[in-house]
Amino acid sequence: MAATTASDTGARPVRAGRRPRLPAWLGTTPFLVYIGIFLLLPTGIVVVNAFRSPSGALNLSSLTTPFESPDRSYFTGSLELCLISSVFGAVLGAILAYAIASGDPDGTVRRLYIAVSGVLAQFGGVTLAFAFVVLIGPVGLLIHASWFYTFPWGIAVIYTYFQVPLMVLVFLPAIDGLKAQWREASDSLGASSWQYWRYVGAPLLAPAFFGAALLLFANALSAFATIVAWENQIAYIVPQQIYLAINSEVGLSNVNQADVLALGMIVMVAIIMTGYAFLQRRAARWLR
Amino acid sequence: MAKLVAAAKKEGTLNVIALPPTWANYGTIISTFEKKYGIKVNSANPDGSSQDEVNAVKQENGTAAAPDVLDIGMAVALVNTNLFAPYKVSTWSDIPTAQKSSAGLWYQDYGGYMSVGYSAKFGTITSMSQLLGPKFKGAVALNGNPTEANAALNGVMMASLANGGSASSIAKGVSFFSELKSKGNFDSVQATGATIKAGTTPVVLNWDYLNLPSYVGVSNWKVFIPSGAVLGGYYAQAINKNAPHPAAARLWEEFLYSQAASGGQNLWLAGGARPVEQQAMTSNGTINSADASKLPAVSGTPVFLSQSQATNAANYLAANWAKAVS
Repeated sequence: MAATTASDTGARPVRAGRRPRLPAWLGTTPFLVYIGIFLLLPTGIVVVNAFRSPSGALNLSSLTTPFESPDRSYFTGSLELCLISSVFGAVLGAILAYAIASGDPDGTVRRLYIAVSGVLAQFGGVTLAFAFVVLIGPVGLLIHASWFYTFPWGIAVIYTYFQVPLMVLVFLPAIDGLKAQWREASDSLGASSWQYWRYVGAPLLAPAFFGAALLLFANALSAFATIVAWENQIAYIVPQQIYLAINSEVGLSNVNQADVLALGMIVMVAIIMTGYAFLQRRAARWLR
Repeated sequence: MAKLVAAAKKEGTLNVIALPPTWANYGTIISTFEKKYGIKVNSANPDGSSQDEVNAVKQENGTAAAPDVLDIGMAVALVNTNLFAPYKVSTWSDIPTAQKSSAGLWYQDYGGYMSVGYSAKFGTITSMSQLLGPKFKGAVALNGNPTEANAALNGVMMASLANGGSASSIAKGVSFFSELKSKGNFDSVQATGATIKAGTTPVVLNWDYLNLPSYVGVSNWKVFIPSGAVLGGYYAQAINKNAPHPAAARLWEEFLYSQAASGGQNLWLAGGARPVEQQAMTSNGTINSADASKLPAVSGTPVFLSQSQATNAANYLAANWAKAVS
């Protein structure tokens, strides 16, 4: 890598003199405009409005509401659901990814699993919840599972359905990065299989594993349509309450509450993604 | 009238908003109006909400694209009367007094009563209390969350009326649903056409025009209005006071409130909605009696929630609903 970069920079001034070049930042402009309009601007509006009362005056008192009832219950609900679904998703997905990685790298099974995971990781929302409701809901075709409407377990099962394939997709490259030579070296030095995993495999994979788990956590945090199609009568998690606070046509809408709740979610995502970036950097040190 | 028609034809266009073609027969109503007067109807945002309509009036004010006429929910209409132009259609006196603004700013157009739609596999149901029976396990659903959706709030209010409550208190309805939940009969998904077709919501509380077999598209579907719990809900018409096509807007209202065989009132009725002049039309014989007989029977005096009763109900639900059904 280093060698090509050096020769690249060496060659550049010669070429630059021959034909006019567009400034480098121009290429990133569409991306920056896109991010600006669809991510930064809405985020900014939400943050600003969270600090304002409905009449527009500065208002800091609403910022404590996420720590008070009833708003606190939506945050604990979100945390419970994300934690359970990401732990189950990460563990099951990691096991599945390991099984796939230990198979034939060019085999049909591996290609099939990756293709299926790619599809199922995106299979969420109303369709997924509807499928579960029809199968095991109150008048389910298959069975009527009595736990189906207990929070968070019923909905966690539905979430796990898209978390496992996502884990396979993001964790498989990390397992593939474990070099066969490391295992051979450890074997030839007389280490047992347990010792290999305890002192080599697990420490190497840990940052990637926890990073992927955090990604699943964030994935579950923002899911909305799935839980609304499952349970429309009770708000358990933050996105559900944001929806009610914005949409009530019976006079209960409270946009300020929605902004405050959304700000709470932005803070949560910021913490998670910082942790994710940190773990990714740790993981990248060995696995490339 | 002839002058109005001429002026409207000169404008040549009418902007309507939030009128789904499958809702209350609006597809036919629009095409009949276009054919009859040769005026082009621009239908914007057919699936929009009442609030979307008001937002469009404000945001597009002064442009040629602004909505001329509105078909709007009462809660939204009453707080936005400053956007409306007064107008009284020629059949004004046939609209019941309680269902129009005396100044002519808004006038209810069509609506219906809260009803119970159910799969025919349950036999015949005649009362709300039957829904507490063991054969309705996981079967009873609302059209939305009552703290959010008006149809669902009225579903709970109907249960309240059926259990001795009054329009001023929804508490008995909430306790009915609490009992329904504890017996395992309440299904907390939102009932939609898809859930009814899939059979996951075999009993649905909804407005009768949304609960007719022809509307839900399921043949073995029945509907009844509980006796003594007749809860009405009507939409209203209003004209944008800055309408880009003021004459066409007024002609449209005349058409909608026309009692002719192919006028708006009978066309709404053909779509399963109850036109606001139904009573007068039944007396003067202009009603399409074949279509009228297809509507579920009503026994008892209809109740309409006032603005303050609806607000009271919503506030009670905000404090008690989630607890009652969890």
